[in-house]
Amino acid sequence: MATTETPNRSWWHRNQQTLTPLLFLAPGLLMFAVYVVWPIFSSFRLSLYDYDGLGRKVWLGLANYRELFADRAFKTSLKNNVIWLVLYMLAVPAGLAIAIFLNQTVRGIRIYKSLFFFPFVISQVVVGLMFAWFYAPNFGLLYKLIEMVTGKGIAVLADPHLATYGIIAAGLWPQIAYCMILDLTGLNNVAPDQIEAARLDGAKGLKMLWYVILPQLRPATFIAVVVTVIGALRSFDLVSIMTNGGPFGSTRVLSYYMYEQALSEYGYRMGYGAAIAVVLFGIMMIFISGFIWKMVRDERGAR
Amino acid sequence: MLHLNKGASAALIVGLLSSTAAFADQRVLNYYADYDAIPLAAMEALIADFEAANPDIDVVLQNFDHEGYKTAIRNFLTTDAPDLANWYAGNRMAPFVESGQFMDVSDVWADNGLNESLGSALASMTIDGKQWGIPYTYYQWGIYYNKDAYAAVGAEVPTTWDEFVANCEKFAAAGIDCLTTGTSALWPGAGIFDYLDLRTNGYEYHMDLTSGKIAWTDEGVRNTFAEWAKVQPYITANHAAIDWQDAAALLVQGKAANYVMGNFAVGVFKQGGMTNDNLGFMPFPTINPDVARAEEAPTDTIHIPSGATNVEDAKTFLAFIASADAQTKLNAAIGQLPINSGSTVAADDPFISAGFELLSTTPGGIAQFFDRDAPAEMAKIGMEGFQEFMVLPENLDAILERLEAARQRIYN
Amino acid sequence: MFPRPIEKSSPAVRTLYKVALPVALLLWLFPLLGVALTSLRPASDLAMGNYFGIPSSIAFSNYADVFNNSPIGQYILNSFKVTIPTVIGTLVLSCMTGFALGIYRFRGNIIVFFLFVAGNFVPFQILMVPVRDLTYNLGLYNTTGGLALFHIAFQTGFCTLFMRNFIAALPRELIEAARVEGVAEWRIFWYIVLPLMRPAIAALSVLVFTFIWNDFFWATVLTTSASTQPVTAGLSSLNGQWIAAWHLVSAGSIVAALPPVLMFFLMQKHFIAGLTLGAVK
Repeated sequence: MATTETPNRSWWHRNQQTLTPLLFLAPGLLMFAVYVVWPIFSSFRLSLYDYDGLGRKVWLGLANYRELFADRAFKTSLKNNVIWLVLYMLAVPAGLAIAIFLNQTVRGIRIYKSLFFFPFVISQVVVGLMFAWFYAPNFGLLYKLIEMVTGKGIAVLADPHLATYGIIAAGLWPQIAYCMILDLTGLNNVAPDQIEAARLDGAKGLKMLWYVILPQLRPATFIAVVVTVIGALRSFDLVSIMTNGGPFGSTRVLSYYMYEQALSEYGYRMGYGAAIAVVLFGIMMIFISGFIWKMVRDERGAR
Repeated sequence: MLHLNKGASAALIVGLLSSTAAFADQRVLNYYADYDAIPLAAMEALIADFEAANPDIDVVLQNFDHEGYKTAIRNFLTTDAPDLANWYAGNRMAPFVESGQFMDVSDVWADNGLNESLGSALASMTIDGKQWGIPYTYYQWGIYYNKDAYAAVGAEVPTTWDEFVANCEKFAAAGIDCLTTGTSALWPGAGIFDYLDLRTNGYEYHMDLTSGKIAWTDEGVRNTFAEWAKVQPYITANHAAIDWQDAAALLVQGKAANYVMGNFAVGVFKQGGMTNDNLGFMPFPTINPDVARAEEAPTDTIHIPSGATNVEDAKTFLAFIASADAQTKLNAAIGQLPINSGSTVAADDPFISAGFELLSTTPGGIAQFFDRDAPAEMAKIGMEGFQEFMVLPENLDAILERLEAARQRIYN
Repeated sequence: MFPRPIEKSSPAVRTLYKVALPVALLLWLFPLLGVALTSLRPASDLAMGNYFGIPSSIAFSNYADVFNNSPIGQYILNSFKVTIPTVIGTLVLSCMTGFALGIYRFRGNIIVFFLFVAGNFVPFQILMVPVRDLTYNLGLYNTTGGLALFHIAFQTGFCTLFMRNFIAALPRELIEAARVEGVAEWRIFWYIVLPLMRPAIAALSVLVFTFIWNDFFWATVLTTSASTQPVTAGLSSLNGQWIAAWHLVSAGSIVAALPPVLMFFLMQKHFIAGLTLGAVK
């Protein structure tokens, strides 16, 4: 560094420790603020208006929310979201089970692991199409199988009582794969000496799993729960591809219902859609704050 | 200008060098549309005719994806309005008319005598006593049936609803679905409702219902559903999970006998292997002989957005599209029906001739289809109700109460 | 190791395990195999109801049909036009934010960090209408660029989380030593930190590529026409046209799924490293 620099440069020099992070943060933070942070507030505001994307926005106050409480479709969506959340959680133990099954060192096991994982890599659109084909009335594989066993096929996606479960099953497929890979990585890092010590104490099977392995898998399980909750609440793609919310709205979830109200052919109630989004956001916030709280605590502990 | 090959671009450069003056007088007419491949080609041919007749006008057609257009129009009308835009008749155009996005074109109708020549579509193009666009094509709905299936069970083609229902017994005994439909996309079910309601209560009642003036819990609506209940057990069981084309396959294969559909389905039936020999068409049977026969014929239209810059030429174009010759040519190419009463249709296509005959003699009136006659939101809720009724008819009371609650909210 | 290694079990158990593996895999990939087989089945088989029997011939022509008779080639090109700029943009931004948050201790550091983290969890729907309006007002509605711009912003949140944790775990002595030498901060970033971030960059590029390629929601919201739609949205509209033509739907699905699948198998190590970040202590 030459000493013949302008005073300007040396001012920069003195302050670069403070300024560098600001400059480095600025572009990313700006983009994030414009595309993620500001829209959240904007949606909150919009949810208080009646707006069809064409005319003027009309102030409604809380009327959109009052309407939500009486809206049968909203209740169905909310109920289905709860079903999604509960059943999606099956991915966590199911993923663990497959991980344990695959955590061996026989020949070719790496290929098996990749192939078991690979549903997760496929787009949900494709997963939805695959399962729609699997369930299809009259010629779908599942329909045929059931017909072979019971004599009468079941068209899962035509039955208002079954359709949601059919879609969740499709969603679980990649989700289990995701949880599996988290657990496999976790299992790889379980301290071998602790296992040996426990073995000497006579622990094995489920007991070993419960008292020795699971506590060590806690970080993997935490992430698995987080991604599964988010996945369950984001269940838009499969519903849209497989049923469009039907038959007669029985498979709607909040994320889909919001889109339907705000932007679909029969929709354009953007204010009402925004109100649905706010409710969904509220539900997500319950989980987010829990996750963040735990992460902040870990962060503090690490420092 | 779509395909610029080397020769063309050379010619273009020469043209720019030599005759800029000739181009200076050309006025551009921007037209946004949502045609599929075949109608697109037909419209392009028609535009070529128009440009030949009006050498100083250059029509620039920007074609959108059919589904995407429904979203795009809401944006471009307010921000970069073209001079012409495609849309639909009936209540479907009401939001754009009411928010002032479409221009009043009553003068085009008056100046060209369209009130007479396009008379069958006048009502569906009129809001507040003014006309807001030009209709250029429509097609009939009715019942398409498999003649072989009728022959197999020894059934006669019905003219009354009672005969139709009686036939269903015969089809059921033979393991054939009397009535098929695929309501995965909801709208095919609305075709059945519309016709049942038109035949039970008549055109005026149906229009009052779709425009929110009659309660869904009204006795008339209940009567319509009572007629529907008679055939409900004979409708294809898994209709809620299949698309209309899947149901068309059932008709082609003889697994189903009747299908309430629009004339566009003929192409699908014939692709599946049916011919004029075994594919039949009948008007929807009579239910209440005291109501005048009304039909369903969704109409496609062209409008001038309020933000258009070249209104004068746009009106010239609309007048051209309204003419008998233009409508004859366009509809012959796309296999649909012209609206202009001076137009002609191909006599060798039994379905087109039947439709032309059916619609030009309709005494009761022409409905646009449920999702165009009712506001979009009501249409969605209504069609879900129809689908639910066909799956779970015992829910009728709950369905009607729900529709009534929606009506009270939506139309106020 | 848990469970007990299979080599230590009896030969019977070992054989059972070796049989169970392929059987389990077959069941697991059942829907996928069905679709893969259907994609090679001639249309005539489907028309005659031969859905699951032995195909009368292997019809690679289905794939040719898909490319010749639908805009799927254009859709795939669009997907690349969205995905590649997003990967580059996201990595540039998140390397910078990660550096700022991982190296410097300043007031608000942790708040900014958790702002990025929390943004990841937000349901898309709450962003939908404003982001659509914003994109429209920028004149980028129905363009691949407009879609990529949103993706860059959103993915920056996730990648910042990853990058910051990665950088924070680097040995601080390196940076301190450089500062003592009087190296400018931006040079520390460029010459010291960035080269060390290569594994993180590799992992994130594979992950972001896959996420963006597979995105359906934003593709539906921000693009509408065949000339701009990525392959997920394109496939969804083709599905509407190809009703009852499952051989085409299947072939189209496989084509759409192929790029991320190839990416995964080629870059498996990085992919899993990225995905399982934080799964171990």
